[in-house]
Amino acid sequence: MRALIGVLLGVLAWCGPALAETPADCRVAENQIETSFSLPRVTKALAAKHLDILVMGAGSSMLPGERSASHAYPARLQSALAEKFPGVAVKVTADVKAGRTAAEMVRVLKPALMASKAALLIWQTGTVDAVRSVELYQFNASLEKGIAIAQTSGADAILMNMQYSPRTESMIALGLYNENMRWVALQHEFPLFDRFSIMKLWSDLGTFDLYSATKKLDTAERVHDCIGRLLADLIFETAKPGGKQPPEIR
Amino acid sequence: MNEKPRIATTVPAERDLRLDLFRGIALWLIFLDHIPSNLVSWITIRNYGFSDATEIFVFISGFTAAFVYGKSMQERGFVVSSARILKRAWQIYIAHIFLFAIYLAEIAYVAQSFDNPLYGEEMGILDFLRQPDVTILQALLLKFKPVNMDVLPLYIILLAWFPPMLWLLLRNASLALVASAGLYAAMWWFGWNFPSYPSGYWVFNPYAWQLLFVFGAWCALGGAQRLGRWLNSPIIVGIAIAYLVFCFSIALTWHIPRLGVFVPKLVNEIIYPIDKVNLDVLRIAHFLALAVITVRFVSRDWPGLKSQIFTPAIICGQHSLETFCLGVFLSFAAHFVFTEVSNSVLTQFLVSALGIVIMVATAALLAWYKSIERKGSGPRPPAIQADLAGGEA
Repeated sequence: MRALIGVLLGVLAWCGPALAETPADCRVAENQIETSFSLPRVTKALAAKHLDILVMGAGSSMLPGERSASHAYPARLQSALAEKFPGVAVKVTADVKAGRTAAEMVRVLKPALMASKAALLIWQTGTVDAVRSVELYQFNASLEKGIAIAQTSGADAILMNMQYSPRTESMIALGLYNENMRWVALQHEFPLFDRFSIMKLWSDLGTFDLYSATKKLDTAERVHDCIGRLLADLIFETAKPGGKQPPEIR
Repeated sequence: MNEKPRIATTVPAERDLRLDLFRGIALWLIFLDHIPSNLVSWITIRNYGFSDATEIFVFISGFTAAFVYGKSMQERGFVVSSARILKRAWQIYIAHIFLFAIYLAEIAYVAQSFDNPLYGEEMGILDFLRQPDVTILQALLLKFKPVNMDVLPLYIILLAWFPPMLWLLLRNASLALVASAGLYAAMWWFGWNFPSYPSGYWVFNPYAWQLLFVFGAWCALGGAQRLGRWLNSPIIVGIAIAYLVFCFSIALTWHIPRLGVFVPKLVNEIIYPIDKVNLDVLRIAHFLALAVITVRFVSRDWPGLKSQIFTPAIICGQHSLETFCLGVFLSFAAHFVFTEVSNSVLTQFLVSALGIVIMVATAALLAWYKSIERKGSGPRPPAIQADLAGGEA
């Protein structure tokens, strides 16, 4: 269905070159945001006007160089959330290091959650595991372990999957890792931020050119900005006060 | 093996065209699935249920292997037929290494030409180019396997292990099937798999997938007839349809995440993860359901099988090794076109269609070669005739 819509929109975009002149609008991917599950601890934190978030991630959660701290998606998420929840003190801490597998992040997860006192963990993982072809069973076990740690540390969790990278698509087998992330999220009933499908849609629609070889950071920064905004949308939709009622908390 | 062994099972005389047809179609689907980000791959069965074309391919390969080599083992004995099977495994190994060379060329090109600050992490896949000594050796040992190149190594292992299995199948088919299922169960119990490089295990666990291969062989050696009574029962067909509908509705929630709320938590807990590596029971069941429906509605002597519409698929199915390898190569090439030339919707359709046309044309060329070779060397002994008529195992 998504593909069909993609085709239709793609055809539209192709027919009307004038559309290409308008600034890239990443909201075309809004439908990719899945909001069926609740984030009860975030809702509570919002009510207390104080929301701490920990982003635990690997290389695709940062940008090269010094601007990463202000332009990668964790920083963009913080400013987008501050806009959406005026009066709430939002702080996003990024624990990000290139080349880490899910298992390696699980090892540092507990102290990082404790230090940041986060009510929400955004866990970006999958790429490094796929590149190193970590055994799926082990990958799954790491995901489950990480989620359990988040819950015992008093944080909700959002899982973020891989980037869509058209050039390396035929070289990295993301498929099974991607599926397993979705399944773990479904089983434990917490949201998956489907970065892969979102970026794929952007690429299909021409929102961003993800094919070109470049050393410039402009597209990369805009992509991160959009990811930050859509993440903020997801948090807003699932946890806004007076919105969806969370199921009873045991 | 001089004395004529008492053969419990008979190998059927005439090849079932349905096998070639569905294997040909499976090869096309595998090709379409292997092209990354290909819109056309939305037509392939993996989007509508749990199993995919790999199950069809492995099952039919087991069926044809038993058909071709079973006859050979009955007529010429264990040693000769085993030698043939192993020769086939060797050919597949060569084909696999050839594909690996093409993959190396592609990845080396990308390493030289692509740079993007967004994808620093993804470029980690190119790290192995820094130590080609280790990587190439591991590839020769079938431990390092690039994306989408996992089927042939599985096939090599299945064939290498097939002679004793075929021997047992010919003596006591049901015992062989039980042994195979026992191996499958032991694999789940003990967590057996083959190791991979740089880490992890094989994507298609041979201990698991052998079950489907042996089941195919068992069906070829009379099992299909024994099942015939069951296959036509309306209850079985009803269960199969119900299960396919269930799988389809679950698959829908993968594509439209918001439908996920309608799936009870208990169902999610039971079915996930649907293990492709170890050939999950849910995947086997989905394949069996598809097979039941197919056998029910496409009978062996259905006249449509002889119609020209199906000839292209049948020809591809009869030259499965060559068509498969060509398909892997063409999917690399198609991805190259998408990244270097255009990835518009129109291109995706054209490239997908062109790929299938090339596969059919190549298979037709191979069929023609075979026919002139047969004519050129005059009449042949019946055993080899059977091999030729049987086409590729």
